[in-house]
Amino acid sequence: MLISLFITCYNDTLFPGTGKSVVRVLERLGHTVEFREQQTCCGQMHYNTGYHPEAVTIMKKFVADFWDAEVVVIPSSSCVAMIRDHYPKMAKEAGLEKEVEALVPKVFEFTEFLTDKLGITDVGATYPHSVTMHTSCHALRSLHCEDRPQRLLKAVRGLDYLELPASDQCCGFGGTFAIKNAEVSTAMLSEKMKAVLSTGAEVCTGSDNSCLMHIGGGLTRQRGTARCVHIAEILASEEGDQ
Amino acid sequence: MSIRVGESAQAATFPKAAKKLLQNTQLRRNVRRATDTIRGKRAKVVDEMPDWQALRTAAQQIKKRTLRNLDSYLVQFEKACAEAGGKVHWARDADEANAIVVGIIQSHNQKEVIKVKTMTSDETRLNHALEAAGISPYETDLADLIIQLGNDKPSHIVVPALHKNKSEIRQIFMEQMGLKELGHAPEDLAGAARNFLRERFLRVKVGFSGANFAVAETGSVCVVESEGNGRMCVTLPDVLITMFGVEKIVPTFDDLEVFLQLLPRSATGERMNPYNSIWTGVTPGDGPKEFHVILLDNGRTKVLADEESRETLHCIRCAACLNACPVYRQTGGHAYGSIYSGPIGAILTPQLQGMQHSTTLPYASSLCGACYEVCPVKINIPEILIHLRRKIVESGGAALTERMGMAVAGYTLADSGRLGTAQKLVQLGRQPLDAIGLPGWSAARDLPEIPKQTFREWWKSSRGGK
Repeated sequence: MLISLFITCYNDTLFPGTGKSVVRVLERLGHTVEFREQQTCCGQMHYNTGYHPEAVTIMKKFVADFWDAEVVVIPSSSCVAMIRDHYPKMAKEAGLEKEVEALVPKVFEFTEFLTDKLGITDVGATYPHSVTMHTSCHALRSLHCEDRPQRLLKAVRGLDYLELPASDQCCGFGGTFAIKNAEVSTAMLSEKMKAVLSTGAEVCTGSDNSCLMHIGGGLTRQRGTARCVHIAEILASEEGDQ
Repeated sequence: MSIRVGESAQAATFPKAAKKLLQNTQLRRNVRRATDTIRGKRAKVVDEMPDWQALRTAAQQIKKRTLRNLDSYLVQFEKACAEAGGKVHWARDADEANAIVVGIIQSHNQKEVIKVKTMTSDETRLNHALEAAGISPYETDLADLIIQLGNDKPSHIVVPALHKNKSEIRQIFMEQMGLKELGHAPEDLAGAARNFLRERFLRVKVGFSGANFAVAETGSVCVVESEGNGRMCVTLPDVLITMFGVEKIVPTFDDLEVFLQLLPRSATGERMNPYNSIWTGVTPGDGPKEFHVILLDNGRTKVLADEESRETLHCIRCAACLNACPVYRQTGGHAYGSIYSGPIGAILTPQLQGMQHSTTLPYASSLCGACYEVCPVKINIPEILIHLRRKIVESGGAALTERMGMAVAGYTLADSGRLGTAQKLVQLGRQPLDAIGLPGWSAARDLPEIPKQTFREWWKSSRGGK
């Protein structure tokens, strides 16, 4: 399968390792990955903060960049949720209904692509660490990920999976919320960090680097014992990597 | 027009109010404990319902239909209520509503009124207007009594005194009721409230209530509650005044079947409310001799006019969204500067009051979606929050620095070449950023390492741009 990777703006800039891991996993599974270099962003930050015209401009670019892709894989639940939940409505205003309607079903979040489109839970990874999982709100309530990421993790050799308490509770990132309501966001983060540390896991993973940047930033500030790693990086790991 | 939602127009911004409340560890503990308990109870009685999702959809459809034809349902209600001996008044705003209430009480030469289950009267600041007219209002719902005696403000839609714990309530009762001794058990506190209230129930000639539902078909009004104080309030006085927002109408009596299943399970985690009072007009020899209904607009028709956010008016005030909200969980209800707190407050207050007064409320959410998930009438609160944010930005309500930042980001993200240049700047800016920190972020969180190579650079160098 020819898989088009939409890396997302912040993964591209801040977490290139996540993108490299996605490529590694998909190529290991025998697929071809392409990266369309004109790509930029999904428009989520603008849309969620109330900057609609800017978001529509970015949506138009996304559609122009990916309309003819076979499938688009994105290592971010929130960007996929943006495309699935909001593009159809925005497309009406932009006169792009047909294009968006055709494109949206071809867009997948990385872990759901593995479990649902490829039908795989064992991606041949080895990761000898104890791991807990933060399920982002978009993965949980928009993509309805259920236990898909967990199934992938549990099939990883050497991985000791530890359940996160109160896992349906938001970590407090919320995009510009973390800046506009910094104190509340931090209070929410404290609860999340407490839950993560209570598991005793070495690693907290998830399908959104935005949440993980927030949780991980809090953990390193507190010199917590756990660190945050995107699920793609775990699934890419092979024996001898660690 | 004097549309207002309590004192929300004068309230502090959400971030400012929240910052202060976050310091109050006792309050936060109380809120966490109470919401955890209600959430747990709700989950149990919702999970046992095989048709919960179908009920939600039914409720949503009934509400949609009602709002589409609200004008005719209201007139139908007025006619049916009048035929049953009630008198219907229409109030465009808070001042009109308050003047009607004061007028009715004064026409009976009364100086006191017992009140129950009424958020709309908080909205119009009725107690303030009554006191100005020399009339004493007595709250009879236990939690509202605690708030009134403690000179406090409600912090939750269903459990207004949720931010107070047992010993704080005991203290308020002892001081305000002049009790020298009072036990510590919940039964002791309830007993003290009972003694305090019974005497008023028997003495005061005018009652005032809100309504959970009003039936257009029959002109009936419905109040659900747990204590029985509401039942006494609507049956013992000679004169009863009931005020509710125009959106409380349901078309038929049968529609109550849907809502009376959804509301108690969502609100208090009960299968059924202990007291469900439904009455129609007046009945000679039984209950109040005179019954007034006040239909309150106070900004609701303005909300109705906006198709994107109209479903805000579906709300049945169950507060499930408050109990599920991770933001409310941290701050409690006072941060929202309105009797309508939590996610529903964040969308309702600004729309009723006028967006210019509450520009921070629609941003008081991480858009996690927990509110939408539990809403028994399926109000898509996150969508409406985003819609209101858009309105704020379009009307110039956003800060200049934010508008500039968003414009620059929009320009940058419209082209991959520009994005590449911006990424270089971010890499170069890492050291100065580390030194000064990012406002709002760096107080509690470290910034991530900024890699020397972006993904697109790696791709280009390792795959030769293929």
